Amino acid sequence: MKTASQTAPERTTESAPAVRRRTRVPGGPRALRTPGGLSLRLDLRALIVVVLLVVAALAASVVLIGTGDFPIPAGDVLKTLAGEGTVAQEFIVNDLRLPRVLVGLLVGAALGLGGAVFQAVSRNPLGSPDVLGLGQGATAGALVVIVLMSGSANQVAVGALVGGLVTGAAIYLLAWKRGVHGYRLVLVGIGVSAIATAVNGYLITKADLVDAARAVVWMTGSLDGRDWKQVWPLLWLCCLLVPLVLANARGLRMMEMGDDVSHALGVRVERVRLLLMVCAVLLTAAATAAAGPVAFVALTAPQLARRLTRSPGPNLVPALCMGAALLVTADWASQRLFGDGQLPVGVVTGVLGGVYLLWLLVTERRAGRI
Amino acid sequence: MLVDSVPEQRAETAPAPPTRRAIRSVGLLVSVAVLLLVAVASIAIGAKELSLAQVWHGLFEDTGTYGDVVVGERLSRTVLGLLVGAALGLSGAVLQALTRNPLADPGLLGINAGASAAVVTAITYFGVTSLSGYVWFAFFGAAAVGALVWFLGGSRGATPVRLALAGTAIAAALFGYVQAVMILDKAALAKMRFWTVGSLTSATDETIWQVLPFLVAGTLLAFVLARPLNAMAMGDDTAKALGAHLNRTRALSMLAATVLCGAATAACGPIVFVGLMVPHVVRSFTGPDLRWIMPYAAILSPVLLLGSDVIGRVVARPSEVQVGIITAIIGGPVFIFLVRRRRTAQL
Repeated sequence: MKTASQTAPERTTESAPAVRRRTRVPGGPRALRTPGGLSLRLDLRALIVVVLLVVAALAASVVLIGTGDFPIPAGDVLKTLAGEGTVAQEFIVNDLRLPRVLVGLLVGAALGLGGAVFQAVSRNPLGSPDVLGLGQGATAGALVVIVLMSGSANQVAVGALVGGLVTGAAIYLLAWKRGVHGYRLVLVGIGVSAIATAVNGYLITKADLVDAARAVVWMTGSLDGRDWKQVWPLLWLCCLLVPLVLANARGLRMMEMGDDVSHALGVRVERVRLLLMVCAVLLTAAATAAAGPVAFVALTAPQLARRLTRSPGPNLVPALCMGAALLVTADWASQRLFGDGQLPVGVVTGVLGGVYLLWLLVTERRAGRI
Repeated sequence: MLVDSVPEQRAETAPAPPTRRAIRSVGLLVSVAVLLLVAVASIAIGAKELSLAQVWHGLFEDTGTYGDVVVGERLSRTVLGLLVGAALGLSGAVLQALTRNPLADPGLLGINAGASAAVVTAITYFGVTSLSGYVWFAFFGAAAVGALVWFLGGSRGATPVRLALAGTAIAAALFGYVQAVMILDKAALAKMRFWTVGSLTSATDETIWQVLPFLVAGTLLAFVLARPLNAMAMGDDTAKALGAHLNRTRALSMLAATVLCGAATAACGPIVFVGLMVPHVVRSFTGPDLRWIMPYAAILSPVLLLGSDVIGRVVARPSEVQVGIITAIIGGPVFIFLVRRRRTAQL
């Protein structure tokens, strides 16, 4: 709790007098009241987690920029980013490595947020976009371009985007029956995912070996060779969609209590759900188009975030920061462990995801929660 | 059972409407008939067109002509399809009952991933190139991961959620490993891309004899487990009160599912959708009684598998599409249709 008062000193001292603070659960949510009668619910622990995650993501980014065939110390990286580096450093940092790191941050953030929304909408901790078939659908779009048209990287990205959006629309429409229900959404998603997987398998067996190798690297998810052309569209999309999703977070939180209760509380359930799903599909598809279907970030980031904040609800902002931190760290790990350009980041996130789930299993078991 | 048997006795004295049990028995016979038809089609239809007389010649008066060789190959392929299909359907039924999750399938417990990892290791590090050489690696991988999931899932205190989580976790880690090897080793990619879609083309008499003992043992074990698994569907406490051994049943179910699915995957590669879909569909008309689900699943799964195989041979003549792809492309829409049509049959 000491770090709490250090990071946000004014708020704690003003809003919660020392006497009252002692009566509360440490780190629990508290109300922030202004003289004008406005009040804001403030979850200190979540706030600290978000701040720490942002710091971790940025620190990992700086380290990642310094990593490669031409290593640059972290201090020089910061100096170069501020515009005071040598010409060679400027070129390496600004033209080569910064866009890659930015794509990593944005993709991670988009996947984390998209995953959190999907898990909340489907009310299932396994209901992430990868399980629902969005990743597979985007892959099918990309593979069509790679295998049948031998298209360029940009065309592959467009193919993935189209594939993801079509799959998202198909899942929503097929699951629609006087409203979309979480359970039906997951089941339909699994069906669609199986079909898309089969199409992908077929395309890979039909491809020649060079195309197949390219397809496998793409399917694993990679940040190699990403430049500013990938950054800008992703950045604009995130700037548009993230606020839109966060504005509807309140409705999403209530929807976790069930459709009837949230309807009674004044949430327009179907409208909010459709809006959020469209946003999540767009975020996931854009992220997949930029980096390929990076495994498990969308699945694990919301769960990790929820465990760190220890607060119920979708935890959208922590999930977003967690996704960004996770992806950049995984990219750094893949470069350090295997050498530059050897194995793409998706291998590391896949293994990390598995190890994380195992850790979860052991600790939760010890705590007797599952 | 009392409720079922009483109206049946009445049916003998008066022409009452047929009981549920009678309908199910007739349904089972019809399913067997359909299976026979599909098996005949699987022998008769293929990339090379044969007349029925030639098929007859190949089956019963084998003199080694070209047509006879084709029929012989199709025969072993059909037998393997029957065995593997039944094994996949049964293992799916057992796993769904064990985890009390209608979405459980061999992929969920990491069995496919274990087999894949073992095969990719065999290709890259042991230089195994023949399909009959993969079989033992795949089976060993599946069994090892099955055991690992069981212990990580808590062995004695295993719960459905823990088993599913452990399976997903191990599958994730192994999937990363398989991808990494495939990216680094082009030779492994060249072979793995055909193995991972699942196909019956590997069928030889040798493969069949290799997996047959495992499949028979697993099938027997699964049928023995139907009754205790039925009791466990009512919840742990009730099951205990009814005299079921929870841990023993769980361990044996895990064993049966691993053996069945491991052997099937070893022979044909990971065919994903059959074990998930067929028990799910069967449950919608038999209800939750595993003593009915299991026979139906064991008969209808080969129908799906062999039917898909026949379609795969016909659609892209003279080459063919692997059965794993066709099962998903046919099974996916059917599955979605069923999910939409009714309230999903719960366990």
